[in-house]
Amino acid sequence: MYAQMIKSTGEGVKSLDEMDPQERAFQERINAGGKIEPKDWMPDGYRKNLIRQIGQHAHSEIVGQLPEGNWITRAPTLERKAILLAKVQDEAGHGLYLYCAAETLGVTRDQLTRDLLSGKMKYSSIFNYPTLTWADMGAVGWLVDGAAIMNQVPLQRTSYGPYARAMVRICKEESFHQRQGYDIMMKMAKGTEAQKKMAQDALNRFWGPALMMFGPSDENSVHSAQSMAWKIKMNSNDELRQKFVDECVPQAEYLGLTVPDPELKWNEERGHYDFTQPDWDEFFDVLRGNGPCNTERLEARNKAWDDGAWVRDGLMAHAAKKRAAKLAAE
Amino acid sequence: MTNATQEWPLFEIFIRGQHGLSHRHVGSLHAPDAEMAIKNARDVYTRRNEGVSIWVVQASDIAASSPEEKGSLYEPANDKVYRHPTFFDIPDEVGAM
Amino acid sequence: MSDHLFEYLCRMGDNTLVLGHRVSEWCGHAPVLEEDIALANTALDLIGQTTLWLDLAGEVEGAGRNADKLAFHRDVWDFRNLLLVEQPNGDFGQTMMRQFLFDAWHLLQLKALMGSSNAQVAAIAEKSSKEVTYHLERATDTVIGLGDGTEESHNRMQAALDKLWPYVGEMFVSDDVDAAMFDAGIAPDPASLRPAYDALLDDVFAAATLVRPQDDFGHKGGKSGKRHSEHLGHMLAQMQWLQRAYPDATW
Repeated sequence: MYAQMIKSTGEGVKSLDEMDPQERAFQERINAGGKIEPKDWMPDGYRKNLIRQIGQHAHSEIVGQLPEGNWITRAPTLERKAILLAKVQDEAGHGLYLYCAAETLGVTRDQLTRDLLSGKMKYSSIFNYPTLTWADMGAVGWLVDGAAIMNQVPLQRTSYGPYARAMVRICKEESFHQRQGYDIMMKMAKGTEAQKKMAQDALNRFWGPALMMFGPSDENSVHSAQSMAWKIKMNSNDELRQKFVDECVPQAEYLGLTVPDPELKWNEERGHYDFTQPDWDEFFDVLRGNGPCNTERLEARNKAWDDGAWVRDGLMAHAAKKRAAKLAAE
Repeated sequence: MTNATQEWPLFEIFIRGQHGLSHRHVGSLHAPDAEMAIKNARDVYTRRNEGVSIWVVQASDIAASSPEEKGSLYEPANDKVYRHPTFFDIPDEVGAM
Repeated sequence: MSDHLFEYLCRMGDNTLVLGHRVSEWCGHAPVLEEDIALANTALDLIGQTTLWLDLAGEVEGAGRNADKLAFHRDVWDFRNLLLVEQPNGDFGQTMMRQFLFDAWHLLQLKALMGSSNAQVAAIAEKSSKEVTYHLERATDTVIGLGDGTEESHNRMQAALDKLWPYVGEMFVSDDVDAAMFDAGIAPDPASLRPAYDALLDDVFAAATLVRPQDDFGHKGGKSGKRHSEHLGHMLAQMQWLQRAYPDATW
């Protein structure tokens, strides 16, 4: 999911016999459910892929602050405002934990930030969609956080220790996010005609983009196979997408809302819902920078970074002066 | 895109919770100095009343054992099973011990 | 008396409401993640305090209004917050200077209110003062750090102080409401807080290498509601929009 844009390295997954002793020991440790820690030996590909994956995940969290942050100042009650603010703040925290996990792999947060701001590194496609009504706060919490949780829960068992630990903390904190979204949806769906209309409209706009969050089908992807062998990817994209649809449909029914997919149907034989694939052309457009809000999102992050430079430098300069004064006094 | 002259250093954060357990590593963050790191830790890592005492240490000041030493450091303890309470069978009739 | 108490509680609640709103505008846009998170904590505290003050105000008024009703269904002239807190965020320096100037007063006010003859007021003050003690600590560190940082950060902080200074005086002006609160032992005489406020500011500005403006002129009209700045109306237009556009909805 947060690796939805990571390109294949093109190399197949090596068998244990093909590996040199060092790599073989590494892979056997992972196979046995062991954790890889920062100072341990690891293949270059593992390190590089993790940096990209964790980095993109971190970027997704902080760019993800923007569509919901868009409604903090318009939240309809004091309690809703506090809840939404706490949630968006959590996303900043999650970005922070993830950047720290990436830093253990030998990259700095500033470097990752620069790669985000220049467009070199990506973030999840979902955050390039606009939030237009208050019901979108419900839909984002319910669907987007719901999809994110589905991906993040298994990642708590990922092979890289710092990433797994960050994920544990994130999952613990995130448990209220999806519920607050659904809670908003319940209020809207059982509310006035206008609120119901907003709720349905939000579901209509976010359903497809939410399905895209899991990335295109990766059944035959060499890269996915490698990531799964390394346990930095725990499930296939299609598997998670199916699970997501299966969970969401009854939730939508409870709300009295219609999932915008005429082909959606329970398949008794498979024990799953059949559903229409999202518009993958649109997905690739968004990845190429042509989503509805790509420009605004990157502009906002760049502005915060540029406008904040004097603050970061100023506090750093003061800390250096304090240290110098302390040394002089000793 | 401007580049700050120097990134704030990384600090490792240790928090002691309400229940009398030792300080525990909870994560890391960036701060201009140790004082601000404590304040940042309060804001970042105790948002849900997790802690009552915070230690911070600059990550570059931490000395860590290297993975190659793992065997020599930890394996000698592996055969001292008698250090663990489960080594001793106490009959159920004796009660909790 | 209950009119005056209602008015006074609105002043406390509107200060935290308006400032909490302003600070929340930073979410997702702060100079560094750690500051983003810290600002959100401050805003969350202030929103929580707003609920306590304005719910109590509604109770005292006895007209069936709660905190949400007061926050989302009054117009500019009904608001009783200080002009200082409705000033726009400006740059991060201006936001933190505004925070410091307010927190320094806020904490003194709350400490005095902890001895209020009104038990509910004292209880809210007690809870709030713990939060505000930290707000003030953090704002103080930031004002000192940026004042005594680089040349640019110093200049920006001095500019922020110069710009906001004319909004400080209003905190210490007394009117009928204040006099009634003082007589009833509910709240302190505003002027009585000034010496401690000045002493703190002198210490902090010295450490921050900032110069306190000479002119003590102070704008008035916020806490009396007689003349707010133009900024408040725009803020309310945004904050109250949903409630006003869909008055029959519950959220």
